[in-house]
Amino acid sequence: MDLAATIVLNGLTLAALYFLVASGFSLIFGLMRVVNMAHGSLYLIAGYIGYSVFEPLYDQDIWYAWYAGLGAGIAFAAISGAIMQKLLLGWMQGQELRQALVTIGVSIIVADQLLAFYGGNPRQFFAPDAIFGATQIPGLGGYPTFRLVQIGIAVAVGVGLWLLLNRTRLGMTIRAGVDDRDMLGACGVNVPLVGVAVFALGAGLAGLGGVIGATAQPLAQGADGRFLLISLVVVIVGGMGSIPGTAVGAVLIGLAEQIGQAIFPTYSVILTFVIMVSVLALRPQGLLGRA
Amino acid sequence: MTLHLSRRAALASVTATAIAAPAFAQRAPIRLGGLATLEGPFATGGQDGFRCVQMELERINNTVGGRRIEFIRESSNAQADVALARARKLIEQDNVDMILGPLSGAEGIALRDYSRTLTGKTIVNGSSGAADTTLRNPSTNFFRFNTDGTQWMAGLGNHVFRTMGIQNVAIVAGDYAFPYAQVFGFNIEFCRAGGRTTHYWAPLGTTDFGSQIAQINRSDVGALVVVHGGTDGLAFMTQYAQAGGNKPLIAGSIMADQSMLSARGPHRRVMVGMISSGPIADVIDDQSWRDYVERYRRRWLTEGGFQSPSIHGVNYATNLTGILTALAAVDGDLSGNQAAFQRALAAARFKAPTGADVRLDHNRQAISDIFINKVEERDGRAQVVAFARANGINQTLNTPEATYLALGSPSRDNPGCVPAAT
Amino acid sequence: MHDRVLRWSLLGIALMLAAPWLLLEILPANQAGFWTGNILGRGIVFGIIALSLTFLATYGGFVSLAQMMIAGVAGYAVAVFVDGAVPRIVGGYGYGLAIPLGLLAASLMGLAVGAIAVRTRDIYLLMITLAVAMGVFRFIETNIAWFNGYEGIRNVVGPMVMGLDFRNPMVFYHVALGTAAALYFGVLYLVRTPFGLVLQGIRDNPRRVAALGFAVGPHRIAAFGVAGFIAGCGGVLATIYNIGISPGSIGLGATVNVLIMSVIGGLGHPIGAFIGSLLFTFFDTFAASIYDRDRFNTLIGGVFLAIVLLSPDGVIGIGGRLRKLLRRRDA
Repeated sequence: MDLAATIVLNGLTLAALYFLVASGFSLIFGLMRVVNMAHGSLYLIAGYIGYSVFEPLYDQDIWYAWYAGLGAGIAFAAISGAIMQKLLLGWMQGQELRQALVTIGVSIIVADQLLAFYGGNPRQFFAPDAIFGATQIPGLGGYPTFRLVQIGIAVAVGVGLWLLLNRTRLGMTIRAGVDDRDMLGACGVNVPLVGVAVFALGAGLAGLGGVIGATAQPLAQGADGRFLLISLVVVIVGGMGSIPGTAVGAVLIGLAEQIGQAIFPTYSVILTFVIMVSVLALRPQGLLGRA
Repeated sequence: MTLHLSRRAALASVTATAIAAPAFAQRAPIRLGGLATLEGPFATGGQDGFRCVQMELERINNTVGGRRIEFIRESSNAQADVALARARKLIEQDNVDMILGPLSGAEGIALRDYSRTLTGKTIVNGSSGAADTTLRNPSTNFFRFNTDGTQWMAGLGNHVFRTMGIQNVAIVAGDYAFPYAQVFGFNIEFCRAGGRTTHYWAPLGTTDFGSQIAQINRSDVGALVVVHGGTDGLAFMTQYAQAGGNKPLIAGSIMADQSMLSARGPHRRVMVGMISSGPIADVIDDQSWRDYVERYRRRWLTEGGFQSPSIHGVNYATNLTGILTALAAVDGDLSGNQAAFQRALAAARFKAPTGADVRLDHNRQAISDIFINKVEERDGRAQVVAFARANGINQTLNTPEATYLALGSPSRDNPGCVPAAT
Repeated sequence: MHDRVLRWSLLGIALMLAAPWLLLEILPANQAGFWTGNILGRGIVFGIIALSLTFLATYGGFVSLAQMMIAGVAGYAVAVFVDGAVPRIVGGYGYGLAIPLGLLAASLMGLAVGAIAVRTRDIYLLMITLAVAMGVFRFIETNIAWFNGYEGIRNVVGPMVMGLDFRNPMVFYHVALGTAAALYFGVLYLVRTPFGLVLQGIRDNPRRVAALGFAVGPHRIAAFGVAGFIAGCGGVLATIYNIGISPGSIGLGATVNVLIMSVIGGLGHPIGAFIGSLLFTFFDTFAASIYDRDRFNTLIGGVFLAIVLLSPDGVIGIGGRLRKLLRRRDA
């Protein structure tokens, strides 16, 4: 029984990571109608840049090494996302397919350059002592603390995004921009700047996912494609552009992966796939998507 | 017949000599194509392969048997069809005489099949280790001077059962051909000795092992045998450490590797003391290996090399040594569709950089020595130290070939656990 | 317009037919053989797979990223059923039966993808087809019993047809060229039939087509079936060319490569698929000489990005633009 509980908890912690990464993808898609196929690349960039900052500090035993890596990763990803929107995507607003193709081109080049700079060796962050090791959970025994922290961060991000979009002036502006760009521009708002801000926010979330993910699992070439696909599946299942939907999708996929691995490891891949196809057949817009 | 040459045949042979003679006098360079993975997830291994090749060619000043060697590099991404396209380019466009490569299992089998379509060309393996490349349906012009994944486990099963006295292990392994081969090699000895195994397979690319680890930590096995590689291996070890795992660890050949030990993280704590086996170790009590490591470090440490050469680097170096030994034996002569050269390859006997003796069997597959290793802290870093050695291991683990082949190919349903015959 | 396209297409095919002999005139024999078999031949094979994407994109407006996977399904079906493949999965069938089975499997997979994506379009369709393709890829990569997992199935050497061996590069080249020409003209013909016209109507305005009484969904699914058949032809040829198939042939990289070919060539006309695939194969083969072998992906990614940014209709678009420019100068 406690084994089943552990597996469910593992599924939820994995879901937390998937939510962090997919929420940025969903945000950009929902608000900008851009399918950012370079989302996985932003995850990878943040992981590597964060690691470059983390490693020398960690070598000197400085306690904030991990936090500095986290900050650097998020910042770099956010800036990369903003630049991408400003230079490449902004001027072709509305040509959705072309934007997707541009981001594919970017992701090919970024992956190759990261390989050139960082090589093929896997890397992994070492979480700070405060959140490393195991925590005693009644009835379960020791459980890795960092995995619990993952859930905490994901919940905080989810609540934060909801507050930002629904309770702040910036959120109102963003939502207004989605509904009617021209009118918002006529009101004197700098619409392109709003677009850049949304992109930076979404990319920053990919960056947050990158550093958290690289603490939970090794960071290596190929993670970009993996997390792009996870984001796609989570968003397709949960509902395109809906943040609560993304959370539901992440929980479903995370649980399916862990339970599948425990019960029928060879065929666990299919479970995810079956979930996606059945959702598409019954509710093409996703579980919580707007029709 | 030999005396009775027709006029036309005599003329033809004169013409042939007239054309061939000047070319022979100039001693045109030997064109050696190199194929390794420099793209994709295995790029690190491919880079190290080329490092060791370059170092050896520099040492002999690019000359063997009085002929210069021209080395033409190509790279793949560990995928069979890409390796095949590059090999075709090397042979047909760049007109190389022989290929040294590839690095990974599926590529090796693809190139073995391709070698069958070639005449007058030779393919010598780089570092690929699938057993079937040479064990089943071998090709006459494909040679492999490195041992395969099953051979690498020789001696480990007996060590765990007899010396360590552990009778019940959990095996966690990747669900594809290379781990199958390694698990097979371990089980053949371990189960024959009387050991019991429980298998936990996970598909290649699994990054969250939480549920498997939860099951293992609740079981009563005496040790854990980990046969994952690369990113999967690092992920497993890290999560095992985080979950507070503390069973004795036994490992496959690509777990106890500098690429794993040089990566930072909590996995390093649990890996100290880990037992493994394979064709190399960081520390081997052998002067030629110490010299080789020293040369490698001097040449490559400032240019991205490891603290000591990787398994792929040594495999490429060993196969290159096979080529050079044969070329020296025939004095650089590749005429007659390389027949003499290929005979010399088949007969080559030499020492690998590790000091292991290498020779080939009738399938042109290496018979060589395997080291049994332990991870120790030395000079402030974790190193793989060889403490025992199994000499002259052949591809059927020194059991009769017919008996071995009758066991069938390794797979998840055929993991090699055959109890001792009573 | 149509006559000009036809004239140029016939000229192109004549040129490709003559290419093996023309190459012999300008290159040493072994290099001419390499160009024929491994640049032009390989280019044509992947051109067929790219054609299935270009067909869907040009006439239906569907940018499907599942086409490489569908081609792989055909290749795997042949490898599973044909005699002599290693390891033997089912075996026992000659190529005469295995190849039609492969084409059938690809067409069915095409229909299935079409059915899964039937209610979506544009970027939604792109995302869903990619997710479906990667789901199938991961399944094949991790399934040992049917697909021999990561190692794939080898030794698919191809048939002997009327005493001609498929392993002979010249035979293979001409079979590939013949297949490509037949499919290409087949597509040009199909789009002028009532089915093709409805398809283009759906692309431009699905509601109006529905209002006219046509069933939009079945037409879309059928188009995916046709594209599946085309991709299957390419997949069978690619598997024989590669003497087998492994999951890498249908992974994310391979999937994106087919997209790159189609986009570089141009999504405005089926011929773009072949122009793109030949350019791609050329870059792929000579990246080491052009830029740096290890950085091939940066090179091809850069070319792709430049095309998308500067000339979204690909190389054929550049051609069209140049022609307009010249005509203006003449006037």
